[in-house]
Order: sequence, then C-alpha cells, then structure tokens
Amino acid sequence: MAVTDVPSQQTHGKIHPEELEEIWADAPGTPGFFSTIDHKRIGMRYIYTAFFFFFTSGLLALVMRDQLASPNNHVVGPEVYNQLMTMHGTTMIFLFNTPVLAGFGNYILPLQLGTRDMAFPRLNAFSYWIFVLSGIFFYASFLTGKAPDGGWFGYTPLTDKAFSPGINLDFWGLAIVFVGISTTVGAVNFIVTAFKMRAPGMTINRMPIFVWAILSMAFMVLFAVPAVTLAAALLELDRLFGTAFFIPHLGGNVLLYQHLFWFWGHPEVYILFVPATGMVSMIIPVMSRRPLAGYLWVATALIAIAFISFGVWVHHMFATGMPVQAMSFFAAVSLIVVLPSGVQFFAWIGTMWQGRVRFTTPMLFAIGFLLIFLLGGITGATLATMPFDWQVTDSYYVVAHFHYVLNGAVVFPIFGAIYYWYPKMSGRKLSERWGHISFWTMFIGFNMAFFGMHLLGFLGMPRRISTYPSGLGWDGLNMISTIGSFVFAVGTGITLVNWFHARWWGKEAGPDPWEADSLEWATTSPPPEFNFASIPVVASRHPLWDQRPLPTANPNGDEATKSLGPEGAEHHQTPETTGLDARPTATLDLPHPTYLPFLVACGIAVFFVGLLIQAVLVGIIGVAAFVVALTWWAWRTEVDLA
Amino acid sequence: MRRRLWFGLVVVLLLALVACSTKQSPAITDPKSTEAHTISGTWWLMCGLASAVYLVVGGLIVVALFRGRRKGGPTPFRIRDNTFIVVGGLIIPAAILLVLGAQVVHASNNLRQPEKNPLHIEVVGKRWWWAVSYPDQGITTANEVHIPVGRPIEIGLDSDNVIHSFWVPQLGGKVDLIPGQHNIWRLKATKSGTFRGECAEFCGLQHARMNFLVVAQPAATFDQWLVRHQLPPSGPDNQLAATGQMIFMREPCSGCHTIRGTTADGTIGPDLTDVGSRLALGANTIPNTDGYLSGWIVDSQSIKPGNLMPPIPMSSSDLQAVVAYLRSLK
Amino acid sequence: MSTVAIPVPEATVPVKGEGRPTPWWGMVCLIMTEATLFAGLIGSYFFYRAASKQWPPPGIEEPKLTLSIIMSFVLWGSSIPMIFAERGIKRGNQARLRIGLIGAWIMGAAFLGYSMKDFSELHFRWGQNAYSSIYYTTVGLHTFHVFVGLVMSGVVQIKAWLGKFSEERHVTVQVYAMYWHFVDVVWLFVMPTFILSPHIK
Repeated sequence: MAVTDVPSQQTHGKIHPEELEEIWADAPGTPGFFSTIDHKRIGMRYIYTAFFFFFTSGLLALVMRDQLASPNNHVVGPEVYNQLMTMHGTTMIFLFNTPVLAGFGNYILPLQLGTRDMAFPRLNAFSYWIFVLSGIFFYASFLTGKAPDGGWFGYTPLTDKAFSPGINLDFWGLAIVFVGISTTVGAVNFIVTAFKMRAPGMTINRMPIFVWAILSMAFMVLFAVPAVTLAAALLELDRLFGTAFFIPHLGGNVLLYQHLFWFWGHPEVYILFVPATGMVSMIIPVMSRRPLAGYLWVATALIAIAFISFGVWVHHMFATGMPVQAMSFFAAVSLIVVLPSGVQFFAWIGTMWQGRVRFTTPMLFAIGFLLIFLLGGITGATLATMPFDWQVTDSYYVVAHFHYVLNGAVVFPIFGAIYYWYPKMSGRKLSERWGHISFWTMFIGFNMAFFGMHLLGFLGMPRRISTYPSGLGWDGLNMISTIGSFVFAVGTGITLVNWFHARWWGKEAGPDPWEADSLEWATTSPPPEFNFASIPVVASRHPLWDQRPLPTANPNGDEATKSLGPEGAEHHQTPETTGLDARPTATLDLPHPTYLPFLVACGIAVFFVGLLIQAVLVGIIGVAAFVVALTWWAWRTEVDLA
Repeated sequence: MRRRLWFGLVVVLLLALVACSTKQSPAITDPKSTEAHTISGTWWLMCGLASAVYLVVGGLIVVALFRGRRKGGPTPFRIRDNTFIVVGGLIIPAAILLVLGAQVVHASNNLRQPEKNPLHIEVVGKRWWWAVSYPDQGITTANEVHIPVGRPIEIGLDSDNVIHSFWVPQLGGKVDLIPGQHNIWRLKATKSGTFRGECAEFCGLQHARMNFLVVAQPAATFDQWLVRHQLPPSGPDNQLAATGQMIFMREPCSGCHTIRGTTADGTIGPDLTDVGSRLALGANTIPNTDGYLSGWIVDSQSIKPGNLMPPIPMSSSDLQAVVAYLRSLK
Repeated sequence: MSTVAIPVPEATVPVKGEGRPTPWWGMVCLIMTEATLFAGLIGSYFFYRAASKQWPPPGIEEPKLTLSIIMSFVLWGSSIPMIFAERGIKRGNQARLRIGLIGAWIMGAAFLGYSMKDFSELHFRWGQNAYSSIYYTTVGLHTFHVFVGLVMSGVVQIKAWLGKFSEERHVTVQVYAMYWHFVDVVWLFVMPTFILSPHIK
C-alpha cells in the first residue's frame, strides 16, 4: 500500500511509507519472534496464549461436569477431581482472564491513544514472556502427575506441608508469585501509557472508556496483587523453608492467609470485570450509532469501583466466625459496590434507547453480557446480605453466581471483542453468520449449564465435591448442567473455527468496518508496525465521528513536537504528552527489538524451577542469568534508545 | 419477546423441579430452625426484589434494543441521559439496597444470640469425619448429632487439622471449624426430623464424603437418648458378639477406636460406643448394615479412598463375630 | 487498496506542556505496588500481635535499641547525599553527582553491614514461631532492598564515572534516587514496627 486513503498513514511525500516499514520491522523468523517488542505482536500473542489456556482449562471443566453428570459417578476419582478443579480455577483466573484482557489492552490501547507503542515496550515483552513461562511452569505439574489439588484459593493449613506433602502445591504457590510479576509489570505499563502517550488534544476527559477501564484495572492490580503475592510467598516460605506463618501450634494464623488472599481476591473480580465492561462500552455506542450516554458518569463509576473494591473482601469470610459488627461493615460496602455497576448499566441502556441498534455479532455478545451480568450482579448483592451468605456460601449458588460474573460477564464481552477488533488485527472480518450461531449456542449452553446451579445451592449441594449420592434431588439439575456445559463448549468451538477461517479466508475489513469513533480505526487494518505515520490531533471524544477527515499533526520543529509527524516515525520516536491535557512535552525514543526481556524472564523462570525442585545451584544460575541480563538491559538503555 | 417468554418458561420449569425435589433434598428453603426460618424469609424477600429488578431492567434492555429500529428512527426521548442514569442506576438501586441493608441488620441482630440454659455440644472436624461430644453429659459419638427441639443449643466447633465448615442446610448457615480458633454456632430447632449435614469447606481428598446427620427429637425422646447413652454399653449378650469383642480387642481395632466400658481407648478413629445405633457409617457414606459394615472393616479404602483406616484382613468367621459385636453396641 | 490520497488537514500543535518523564511515572507505580507489599507485611505483624497473648512470644527477647536507632539514622541520612547528587547533575555538575552517589553508597553499605551482623546474632530461628517468621521475612526483605539498591548504585556510579549523564540526560539518576528514597521511607515504617513497637506494652 503505497499511499492510502487512511489519513494517518499519509506522509505527504516527506518519506516513503515502505521505508518506514523497514525502519520498524522485526527481524524475520525466529530471531524476530524472540526479540520483538511491538505491542501488536505481543498483544496478539497474549490473546492466543490466553485462549490456549481457556480451551485447555475448559476441557478440564468438561471432565468435571462429566464426573458430576450423575450421582456416584466414576469418571475420575477424588484425587484427579481435586486437581482438575484447582487447575481449572487457577488457569481461568490467572492464565486466561487476566492475560487475555492484558492482550486486548496491549493491542488496542496504543492505537486508541494514537501513539506508536507502549511507554515501555521492552517491559511489555518481558511481561508477556513471564506470563507464558509461568503458564508452562504451572502446567508442567500435569507432566509429573502431581498437579496442584488444594483448590484455586489454596487455603492453609490444607496446603501446608503437613497436609499436602507433595510437590503439587509448590507448583501452585510458586506459579502465583511468578505470574504476579507479569500482571504487575503490565499494569505499570498501562498506567504510564494511558497518562503519557495520548495523542495531542486527547485530554483526559476525551479518553475512550476502554482506556479508563484499563486504567482502573491497572491501579487495582498495583494495590491488590502484592497481597496475593504475599499470601502465596508466605505459604511457600512455610512449605520450602520451614517458617511458621500459617502453622497454628507455632502461633501462625490461618485466617491471615484468607485476609491476604481475599484482599486481592475481590478486587481481582473487578480487575477482570472492569476491562470487560470497557469493551462493552466501546461496542454498544458504535453498534447503536451514537455516543455513550453519560460518559463522565461511566468514567467515574470505573474509578469508584477501583476504590470500593478494596473494602469488600471480608464477605468471602462471613462463615469464619468473626464478630458480627465487624462483618456488617463489609456487608454494607459489598452492597454499595453495586451502585457503580448500576450506573454503567443504565448508561448502556440509555445509549441503546436513543440509538439505532445494529445486531452484529459483537453487539449480540454485548446484549448477552447485559442479560447475564444483570443476574450475576443481583445474586452478588444477595451474597452481601450476611445471614443469607451463611447459607449459600461454599454452595453451588456461589458457583452459579461467579460463573455468571466471570464467565458470562467477562467471557461474553471478550468474545464480542474478538468479533469487534479482530478485523483491525488481521484486516479480515469473522463470519457474521457463524458468529450469530456461536453466540446463540454459547448463550443457551451457558444458561443451561449455570442457571440450575443456583437451585442446586438451594438444595444444599456444597461446592468442590467430587461426587454426590443419589436421592437428594440433585441428579436432574446436574445432568442439565452437564449437557449445557457441552453445548457452551461447542459454541466457543464455533468461534474458534470462525476465527481461524477468517485468518485466511475472511472478507477484507478495510480500516473502519464498524464506522466506529475511536482512533484505532483511523489506521489501516492491520496497522503498520509504527501504527501512525503522522499522529492524529484530537479535538473530540469521538474523533472519527466529529473530525472527518481526521487531522494529523504538523510539528512545530521544536524538541517537544518533532516526533508527531512522519519524521518521528522515521527516527523510531513517539511523542510524550502531559498527563491531563495531552500537550506534547517531549520526544520519546522507542527501543529497538532486543532479546533481553526474554533472557531476563528466562532467568526468573530458572530461579523458580530451582525453588520448585529445591536445587540451590539451579536457583543460583537463574538469579545470575537474571542479574546479568538485567544489568545489560540497564546498560544498553542508551544504546537501545538511540 | 419470544425469547424472554422462553426464558421465563425455563425458569418456571426449573422452579417446579425444585418444588418437587425439596422433599428429599437438604434444602435451605425447607427451614427447620429459627435461623433457617429467618434466612429463608430474607431469601424470599430478596427473590421478590430480584425478580422485579430483573424483569424491569431486562424489559428496558429489550425495549431499548428495538425502539430505534422502528421506521423513522428513534423517537426523541424526553428524559436526559444523565437523569436516566442517576435515577435508574443510582437512586433506585440505592433505595433497594437500603431495604436489603435494613433486612441484614434486622436478621443478623436476632440470630446466633446467646440464650439461657443451652445444651452444649462439641464438634471436632477430623479427616474426614466428625467427632461429636456432649461434655456436660460425658457422651461421645461420631457423625451424628442428636438435638432436642425447642431448646437453645450451642455447638462448639474446632479442628485439629485443616479447615472444615459445619453446614446443615435445613437448620441454618455455615460456621467454619478453624484450627487455633474456637467457633460457636447457636441454634434452636423448630421441628423434629433427621437432617443431612455436610462439610462445606474444601478439606482435601474426601471432602465429598464428609457428611453427617442431625437428629432433632422432641425433648422427651431426646432425654431418653441422653440417659441411655450416658451409660456404657452392657456387655455382649450372645456368644458370637462375645467372640467379636475378644477379636476386636486383640486386633488393631482398639488402638484407634474407643468403646466406653472396655479397654479400647484409641482416639484416631471415631468413638464406636454406640455404633450399632447409628444410621450410617463412614461419615454418612454408607448405610449401617451388616454387609456394609463388614465391607468397611475389610477394605474401607475401596469405599472411601484415603481415609485413615487400614484394611483389616480377617477370616470370615472372625469378621462375622466382630460385626455382630459392633452391631450390638447401642 | 486505493492509492488516491484524500487531502488531510494538518493541525499545528502550538502549546508545549511540562511533565515528568515516563520512567519517573514507571518508578512511582513500582513504588506504589512495593509499598503495598510492605504494608501487607506490617499489617500481618500487627495481626499476629493482636492474636497472641504475649508479645514477643515467650522465649524471645525484645529487639535491642541503641545501635539499631543509630544505624537507622545512618540509612535515613543517606538520602541527603542522594539529593545532593541528583541536584548536582540537574545543573550538570558531574563531581557532585559522583560524590553524592558514593556518599549514599557508603552510608547504605554501613547499614547493610550492621543488618547482616544483627541477623547473625539473633537468638531465634525463622521457623521458631510466627513472630520470628514475620521478623526475618520483613526485615530481611527490607535489607534485601538495601542490597539491591547498592548493586543498582554500582551500575549508576560506573555510568556516572564514564560521564554518561548530563544536564539533559539523567533520568537514570532521577529514577534510581527515587528508589533509594523509597527504601529509606520503608524503613521509616518497618523499623518502628519491628524494633520499637515490641517495647510498647
């Protein structure tokens, strides 16, 4: 594509676009694979890797559902069942939901902000490598036949050495600490990118809602993840080095573990849920052909959720016998956290109310999200009412509730996001027809699989049981649930096939297939390595609706603005702008492809393997590799950035 | 609209299914204690509110979807966006939450309060069974909690291993058994009956088979039970059982189990003083019959893998004698 | 793909803003998350204390004060040469940078040496009880941060001696200085919690 009709790619003859591509291209083949720091390649990898874990972990769930299909079943024994349950939960939270949202954030955020890469492209690559290596580390447990079996929450003292002497739980505890590095580093990157890399004119109240959502998520990560890292690290200190944090007869306290775990655990729900609502807030206005109703209310709600989510964790511990007065506070806050979600909900309805809705596949998934999350949110409020929680906590009611939230209200938007953004990523559209079929299969399967679980909870079926006797009235509902889960799986499989079909045979998407408003649609599909030859200048919340054709920047020739035009792309630079009103302040040299992030991540991985197998030498080798690579990294900063 | 009707139909069908199955299920909507009553009342209040909210908001969604597709595009909407959001998303939910909050305060203030002259029961969570004792009466049993109807009861809950959770859905909410912490659950049964209890906190391999029974009896029947169980069992009343007792004391059995009034005083396994009168074996895993009992003795690992009892190989005549002895302990 | 260019308006970007560099923002974020980690540990300490009858538990003496307080002031004081160094390079003064960095390094190293000696003289093991575990872990983690800071300082100092920093390019120094101040500030919380608070009954 020499000269295109996409304004942001026009270089006005100053430099040829193909020369730009050459400057920005990764090395071909394997070297490029390991050294790339392009946020789009990394974002895609995040998404593909996370989906690999999604389907793997989904298969584990199908085996569990198979086991629970009928009473006294013998598909798997309790030993295997407990492993499946632990792997399923941990994988979905840590290796699918969190990273897949990071993947979309990675791909979309710089494009929506109108910049050429993330603030720290090398850290970005590093955080991906940590994610994938920790995933391999965690799944290696299956090869040893000793997968973790202490539940995804790993409560002590069950997970202490005394009751779980095997290596199983070490895989778990270490993997939690390991993958936390990736999440944290990613969050830092998102925050700095969102604040410092916006196109000129994109003041903070013009940021797309998806960016607000990612920002809210990233701040929650910064303050929540240390808690789970601490919980898992102290557990591993107990297990590997004989400390006494959670050993009751040595003054250890098992409830401390629960406090630490849920101090992360509840914000984590919002860490997953908030970016998903951000996706919905992008899809619904575009598909309703009008701006989002109550932009400021929604942005405020996203920030409010981030704050309130830190005051609710004790509602996971209502049955631990704490004083009722203390628990009442957390019950109240848990009710209040409903309000920001209510605000978002009515913003979405208000948007559709005055729009003309197009029933495209992304919109269908958004509607599915609304109907499912409405129920998941309501059952969430019921769980905050303490006495009722005493009854249904740790029963199938809770299983139903959080699948409505984490599967329905997170996975559905993610599938919508695939249909919505994949045309940008690949330049090709997924089949709408098969998209509709996939949606309906998933929607019906989902409700079949999980609605009955509410009732199972009422009928007294506890969570995490590997089998149950007949004659308790649980048989029929469990069978329906199992059938539903298989229907749901087929629905996701249809999208998978659709996805790969589109990769090679999909219809050409063009730069802006949905007539959308945000900046990612202002560049070609797929975008060039440098995203924008000239950075757009934003004067509206909906630049592509209000500013056609979209103006691009004309540098003033000073240090702060010189990277805005194609010359910036030529010099591998991108502008840096002020945090609130997005005025250009400086030019940022973007680093060139490097192996260092991969090497540093490998060093950390070797260190964790050393801890796992308790081999001092391996640990030392890992730390040495890490230190050398990191020093080299720090040393090369000027070189890479030159 | 058709889809919503269809959805409603499914919900009704499922509710009907519940209605049919509650008779046999340990359902929280079938309350048999004061606490369970209050909570189930809270639930029906919430269920009403929740259904109303779901129908109204769901209805709004459906209308919003199709409103703009009519000919001529969307008709102008007189309410401003922000008003719509604030009223629908903030003020109305806040009002509903206030009702819920009031109900929480009201319900939790009246629940689990200490009352005069309670019956004390101690329950200790084991892997994977329940040790039950009545400290004031000197009675020890396992996996079966007998309680009188109408009298306040305090169940002390402890664990010397991992965390368990004590849950009898028909009698009320859960309370965890946490090592290093003594929890108390207070309740008052309102109806007699035999209720299924379950461990509700994941406790490892046999979490699924760590159940128990609560037998709520009228005060008079319960007092008889107390009196009968305060005495140690009278000796075996026939030859076979007497042989069984001898074998029991000779074999490793007595090292792990206690039978009051005999030399068997082990504390690793459940107390067997009244095993013959229990309704089930292996923490409510199998029925208490001669056949199941002999199966359990010979190879409990095939019934409940991972439990602490090793297989006890025995000749069939010895086994028959031991079973006769144990079944005679009432 | 069309090859016809549509005319695109070019917007001039007149206003230049002021702002901190991206690595500064990155370090602020890192400090926030690390501070939360330490807050979690300090919170855990008080959680244990609230749950136990005697503190420190039987058989463990209260931490010694005199030398500990003196060395704490050495560590806190090391922020002064660090500020001196940072302000120096902002004006392009290489000598001030080098002297400040080495001064802070010596003070930090003195504190590290004291900490190591203190650990080797502790009369309890980390696995003895919850108190000893949280003591070793938290104080140890802070000491480790000091150690990492000294290693990082090595890299920064070599770069300083090679003259890689200037009035315009000194983000590394700025960011490193922030890390060092953070390590000092953490000790402002860890030290009163672990060394002083057991004396308060």
